[in-house]
Amino acid sequence: MSAIVHLRSAVALIGRFPALAGVNLDVHAGEILLLRGPNGAGKTTLLGVCAGLIGLSTGEAVVLGEDLTRNRRAVRRRVGLLGHDSFLYQDLSVVENLDFWSRAAAATVADGRAALDRLGVASRLFELPVHSLSAGQRRRVSFAAMICRRPELWLLDEPHAGLDSAGRDLVDGLMSEAATSGATVLFASHELDRAEHVAHRSVTISGGVILDETPPSTETRADS
Amino acid sequence: MSQSGGVLSDALLVARKDLLLERRAKIGIGQVLPFAILVLLLFAFALDPDRGILKLATPGLFWVTVLFSAVLTLQRSFALEAEDGILEALRLSGMSPAGIYLGKVTALTIELLLLEAVLVLGVAVLYDTKFLGIPLLFAIALLATLGIAGAGAVYGALAARLRSRETLLPLLLLPLLAPVLIAATRGCEVSLEREAMSGWPWAALLGIFALVYLTLGSFLFRPLLEDA
Repeated sequence: MSAIVHLRSAVALIGRFPALAGVNLDVHAGEILLLRGPNGAGKTTLLGVCAGLIGLSTGEAVVLGEDLTRNRRAVRRRVGLLGHDSFLYQDLSVVENLDFWSRAAAATVADGRAALDRLGVASRLFELPVHSLSAGQRRRVSFAAMICRRPELWLLDEPHAGLDSAGRDLVDGLMSEAATSGATVLFASHELDRAEHVAHRSVTISGGVILDETPPSTETRADS
Repeated sequence: MSQSGGVLSDALLVARKDLLLERRAKIGIGQVLPFAILVLLLFAFALDPDRGILKLATPGLFWVTVLFSAVLTLQRSFALEAEDGILEALRLSGMSPAGIYLGKVTALTIELLLLEAVLVLGVAVLYDTKFLGIPLLFAIALLATLGIAGAGAVYGALAARLRSRETLLPLLLLPLLAPVLIAATRGCEVSLEREAMSGWPWAALLGIFALVYLTLGSFLFRPLLEDA
């Protein structure tokens, strides 16, 4: 089975600092991989590299069959990134944001509305400007803007952050559904109890390198 | 796999979004326009004792006011894109960088033209100015504004992520727009019939400036977006 994400000796610099200092990683289709590690370990940079936003200084990176050392842009339309930032215009309403981002990704407005429904964003919030939403509501809208692109590779940075219990369950369900439907999920989290339950496999990253890998748990696989 | 809809549709999408943002936030109407009127008023107060100088200087004062207002509008337009990871989201969206650039230029041009329309009324009232060569004046305003927006969007993107963008953008942009200021001022002087010569060469010069920057910007916006 060919890897959806294939990194070898990947080095990425943020300024002069090696945020990734020689990462080797393979993630396969339909897999949910948890990235563990302390703050500043390189998790966000790794997600940025996979999204084609951050270039490598040295090493190999092939994502969704695209060689990122040659063309980082080719992969961008095919990935969905949920970062620390909301990726939303604060002065636009919820539906105005979803309409814009779904059209920008050549999806339809209906895709955007369906994504809002899927994320459980109440229709009474649709016309409100994003800046007036709570952090959890904003997170759901950001998630909706991501999934309306129908990405093949989900890159999630702390996807549970700011969400209530129901929202966290919803996110776990969406990740599992995505993997079942053939998408691949790579996510970073500090909430290990919850994250390890939904992940098929986890790796620990620290100081810009992968330290260890937890093989797929039989129990977790059975759940998924 | 998603495909973007082409340069034109991306440009329309971005222009519509920028105009919608302005409609929601009302920064143009609430802050930039009052600032521009205030500048016109201050010039009027400063030069009123000698009404003749005020009349002679009207075209220059008008375009200096437009340039200052344009810098504020540009800063606002690109500050929005630098917030909340929007630049990353735009890069991930698959939209054509040229489409994003042209969309921003379109929205900026419309916003600045509306501002200029109000300022023309302000100049007519405050400076007792009569506009005679309307077609030339309209052409000068349109081409100068396209040039300001075209060059401004390039430098706005360049400065977008810099911490010192508020001070850096005017420093970069205003010297670059000196030819626009000169040509637009001379063209307006003709349209006010202060000079006998035809004003259309000035309009042509403004057109060339706008064309050069629109072309450059369409090609440069991709690396600018990547490095922003």
